[in-house]
Amino acid sequence: MSSHREPSALGRFLERHADQILIWPAVLLLLAFSIFPTIASATLALSRLDLAPGGFTLTFVGLRNFQRLLFGSQQDHLLGTMAPLGPLATGLWLAAAGLVLVGIARYVVRNLGREPLALVVGLFGRVLAALLFLALLALVLSTNAPGGFPGSLVTTLVYVLGGVSIQFLLGLGLALLVARPIKGRRFFRVVFFLPLMVTPVGIAYGFRMLADTGKGPLAPIWQAFGLEEFAWAADPWAARIVVMIGDTWQWTPFMFLVLLAALETQPKDQVEAAWLDGAGPWQVFRFVTWPAIAPVAATVVLIRLIEAFKIIDLPNVLTNGGPGFATESLTLHAFIAWRTQDLGGSAAVGYILLFVAVVTCTSFVNFLAKRARGP
Amino acid sequence: MSPLGAFFTYAALGVWAFVCLFPLYWIFVTSFKLPIHVNDGPVYVPFVDFTPSLHAWEYIFVDLRNDTLRPYLNSVVVALASTCLSLLVGSLAAYALTRVTYRVSLGAVGLFLALLAATVVAVVLAGVPWWLAAAVAIALLVLLLRALAGRFRRHLGNDDILFWMISNRILPPVVAVLPIYMMFQKVGLLDTHLALILTYAAVNLPIVVWLMRDFFATIPYEIEESAQIDGAGRFRIVATIILPLARAGLAATFLLVLILAWNEYLLALFLSTADAQTMPLLVAGQNATRGPQWWYMSVLIVLMVAPVVALAIALQRYIAKGFLVGAVKG
Repeated sequence: MSSHREPSALGRFLERHADQILIWPAVLLLLAFSIFPTIASATLALSRLDLAPGGFTLTFVGLRNFQRLLFGSQQDHLLGTMAPLGPLATGLWLAAAGLVLVGIARYVVRNLGREPLALVVGLFGRVLAALLFLALLALVLSTNAPGGFPGSLVTTLVYVLGGVSIQFLLGLGLALLVARPIKGRRFFRVVFFLPLMVTPVGIAYGFRMLADTGKGPLAPIWQAFGLEEFAWAADPWAARIVVMIGDTWQWTPFMFLVLLAALETQPKDQVEAAWLDGAGPWQVFRFVTWPAIAPVAATVVLIRLIEAFKIIDLPNVLTNGGPGFATESLTLHAFIAWRTQDLGGSAAVGYILLFVAVVTCTSFVNFLAKRARGP
Repeated sequence: MSPLGAFFTYAALGVWAFVCLFPLYWIFVTSFKLPIHVNDGPVYVPFVDFTPSLHAWEYIFVDLRNDTLRPYLNSVVVALASTCLSLLVGSLAAYALTRVTYRVSLGAVGLFLALLAATVVAVVLAGVPWWLAAAVAIALLVLLLRALAGRFRRHLGNDDILFWMISNRILPPVVAVLPIYMMFQKVGLLDTHLALILTYAAVNLPIVVWLMRDFFATIPYEIEESAQIDGAGRFRIVATIILPLARAGLAATFLLVLILAWNEYLLALFLSTADAQTMPLLVAGQNATRGPQWWYMSVLIVLMVAPVVALAIALQRYIAKGFLVGAVKG
């Protein structure tokens, strides 16, 4: 056996440091692509870039880029035009605020006995997440009130929350159907996987062809309803829905595939035992199937959340962000700012997106995914 | 299943299969259409309501020839190389994260960040050359770590390393791409395969680590222990026992990461201009000033999708099993 051969000096060195050698390449590769980009883009976010003869000049402007986006001239682009809340929206917001307060109070009461530092860290995270949640809820409500108009932040939230939940429900429903004893399972598995393989730019152009009310394949249907002159690209919500249809078409396969795999690993005898005990289909799903697949469900939703915040190709190609900036996602907003030489503003939008995405994803992991995964 | 239930099941599956296939069918037939067929309203079935034409295929393969072939080869090289690189580096790290308990002292991380901040201040505000500042900072880091070793008590664990890796994926590429462009400009690697390969490998690494960690976690530790008693080293164990056992997971992760690299658009847009241009750029490039050239675009999309579909069918039995194992632990 060759394993009895006397190892060389190099071999011994490698073995002794194996634990380090295994992980360092990955850490170094990630550091190489994160240290400088993070510093440089943070610098950009705090500066103004001006074209000068033979190059450009960078002027430090502090938080002015952020101020312009959140409170200044760019506010309606990023946040939208806010209108006063109606009584219903006010009630909704107050109810949400009450629930959040109760949740935080319960956390404090339950964890009073813990180490003070852990309590403070936990409380800080929860308060930050709660404040962001309530602020975003107020923003969504007031920009959608009569007279208001949503900006790119609200549009991104619509894409992320609307798109991911539709994709999850569709993917779960399809996976439940294909997991039943049916013929042609392999066929459906491959066919349902196909949309994920098309390049997003291609999907965007493809959907532009499909959604054409005059020359697209659905033109006869539009005509039947007398809508061949209907320009969905000129209607904010119709345009957003077309973008979300494209996104859903592409990403439902991902949810489907992973959830189907989770369903197939579920022990059959549990389900059969539940049937024999006289449980109905809903009860079997709620008390047997769902607990078994909940951890996987949490993981796929998290992956999708991270990717969905970065949506850019579809709105860029389908509507170019229009009408106005109704379909502009934050990434597209940053891209358009970049194209107009406003590099500082572009980086600032990116950092706002990073902040919202990180708080959302960590909240999801800490408050929902850990619960779904069980103790 | 009752007949009615079976009917609704197949009806629902049929509807979704149609939804999945129809856009692809439409792109496929559009590649055989003349501009007049597209512009004068919808025609659906070749030979029935229009006469298919190979003009778009001719344009792509004959007129453009090398301008199609080069991006295609670039895409193949970049996607395969970056996927292999991130799969290799990522699975080693994922394996280590399931088998070794790392303890990164919080103090060392803080020290690293403090020195990083000092370096940035020195370079940006005091105008110190960046290589000098970096060298001083690294020397200081090593010295201080040696001097303070054992003083730090709070530690970060494997879960924190994992979350740090994933968090790299959250920063939107639009923000990161300009600094990455500057980095490659500095070392003269713009518009080369290497720049794209390294970037894609780094960008997809977190996904590899995440998925592969779950696959490795399902392999029982006892298998390794018996090999260790036989005197096999860690690297030999990984190469001869662990990787073959995780081949289902490797196949699934390979396909997913390959699809991401193959289809990536935004980073390629910045990092490649001519020589290293990839296929998604060529697809987007068919949006000429005269409006999108749907027929050419469709040919290119068909060309891009075909090999991935073939690969997916070839790896199908691995994927079914692969995701299965990986999904257990989520």
